Amino acid sequence: MSAEVKGLNCPNCGAALVKRGFEHTLSIVCENCHSVLDAKDPNLRILQQFEARTPIHPLIPLGTRGKLRGDVYEVIGFQVRTIDVEGTLYSWSEYLLFNPYKGFRYLTEYQGHWNDVVVLRNLPEVETGGRRPAARLLGERYRHFQTAQAETTYVLGEFPWQVHVGEKARVMDFVAPPRMLSSETTSSERVWSLGEYMPGARVWEAFKLPGRPPAPVGVFENQPSPLGGGVKQLWTLCLLLLACLLALGLVCDLFSRKEEVFRGSYVARPAGRGGEASFVTQPFELKGRTSDVEISIRTDAENNWVYLNLALIDTDTGQAFDFGREVSYYHGVDGGESWSEGGPNDRALLPSVPSGRYYLRVEPEMDAAARPVSYEIDVRRDVPALSFFWIAALLLLVPPAFLSFRALSFEQRRWSESDYGGN
Amino acid sequence: MSVTANCPNCGAPIQFRWSSAVQTVCDFCHSILVRRDVNLERVGQVADLPPDSSPIQISTEGAWRERPFAVTGRILYEYEQGGWNEWHLVFNDGTSGWLSDAQDEYAVSFLAPMTGLPAAEQVACGQRFRFSNVVYEVTSITRAHYRGVQGELPFEYWDKSDVVFADLRTPDARFATLDYSDPQPLLFLGEAVAFDELHLRNLREFEGWP
Repeated sequence: MSAEVKGLNCPNCGAALVKRGFEHTLSIVCENCHSVLDAKDPNLRILQQFEARTPIHPLIPLGTRGKLRGDVYEVIGFQVRTIDVEGTLYSWSEYLLFNPYKGFRYLTEYQGHWNDVVVLRNLPEVETGGRRPAARLLGERYRHFQTAQAETTYVLGEFPWQVHVGEKARVMDFVAPPRMLSSETTSSERVWSLGEYMPGARVWEAFKLPGRPPAPVGVFENQPSPLGGGVKQLWTLCLLLLACLLALGLVCDLFSRKEEVFRGSYVARPAGRGGEASFVTQPFELKGRTSDVEISIRTDAENNWVYLNLALIDTDTGQAFDFGREVSYYHGVDGGESWSEGGPNDRALLPSVPSGRYYLRVEPEMDAAARPVSYEIDVRRDVPALSFFWIAALLLLVPPAFLSFRALSFEQRRWSESDYGGN
Repeated sequence: MSVTANCPNCGAPIQFRWSSAVQTVCDFCHSILVRRDVNLERVGQVADLPPDSSPIQISTEGAWRERPFAVTGRILYEYEQGGWNEWHLVFNDGTSGWLSDAQDEYAVSFLAPMTGLPAAEQVACGQRFRFSNVVYEVTSITRAHYRGVQGELPFEYWDKSDVVFADLRTPDARFATLDYSDPQPLLFLGEAVAFDELHLRNLREFEGWP
């Protein structure tokens, strides 16, 4: 059987017509004079003529063939449909694609956003309970995005139905990016279709179109987040690393000896009131590998301060680790509100101290008029530096938190265009 | 297995592809022939069928759920938004089924012997019915016009004019048709399928299309 490429001419303007949809075609629209013709009538009866204020040129010309999902399709029809949202008109384009075996499918385009659309064989289940309806298809939940009355405002080429400008249908969109479910309800039926977001570059590649596709504007209702599953993946990765970090911390803690090597109690008095200028402690042994030393200071300071110049000195080499600690604790009641500043205790960590025999040199300083302060110095060998783990954990959470924030703002832009936008 | 006879009208040989066929159409004079015992009776004449563009033709073969079938005949309907074919399938176990092709949207179905079916006036879009423990929803009601027959059919079907069909669907792509061609409604149950799921061979060729 040969394709019927009869010499068809528009009965209105005489322009040559090409029939690409075989006998499926019910309506054919003259590209020259915009007459809608009855393709089943031998004389191509004129059904409608519409005024096009400005001719619209489809981005994919009629008759172009391209390969989609492994099959060749030809563009045979083009229509523009328009919705009115509170006085603002939004228009999108629909390209009707045909393969004589596989049938029809559609490409839709709105401001550079494309969707590959097929009519569904399944009937989605609509959940109307709750504040926002949803539709379910093959285990996936689609959230309601928008309901609108769509009007056909421009047609070109062929259609397997009786097309006319002004045709209206109630369109409901449900989204689960990158897919969307749409239902179109007319007086006689409700047809469901499934669309999948397609980057313009893929359309250009499929139909071998010259130039570049128009850049997409804004965020489309089923546009996949550019962060994709990345957010979830990054969270998974970071939580995994966090778990590793925790395990590492536990191991460090477990293998740290935390051995108390020295403890001594002293009283600090202001100089000139019986206070010693400086003194040294009994020597003590730091054993094992080079590791840290924790020096804890506990005092009974109250509304008082004491400054300790400290040095950890190796008895053999004389090598000294000098450091100073201030303990300052003030509290009281001011205007009925209690307040406090500082604390009576302090802790210092000396990293990388080699093993050996050491002693501490202590030189307290305090206010000349202050009360004496009792204090205790406690030296521990090989204490895990857990603060490092806390900082690492916090740093680890920064990238996924940042990505989550970006993903959230993308979703906000998506839904701002929906029926639930809330301006 | 093929049975041969001669057309009582023009004498042309009539070859049955399917031994259980009740009705066939003479390829030469387009007489509608119905089997009465061993004889063929001419009951009518098919007007020229309008051109259509179904990729399926008589003698197309395929398989549905790994069950091989051959196309032996068809009923052609028209309605305001086009036409569609109900292709009669004979499976290799002798079962008779139907492949509906409406503008290249395909569904395979089988006659379900069931009584107590809803009357045409009782059926509306969106209504739900339970058949064989499956809930189907009415998605379209089509007032169609019988346009003709071709080839072998499992029953006598030719003297029709306007007929009503209700199509029903489910979330898992099951498909049902309530057929109101006869006073007693008929129910067909099956599945909406993709072209590739039918593994069709011996299809019609379209020039310029692979």
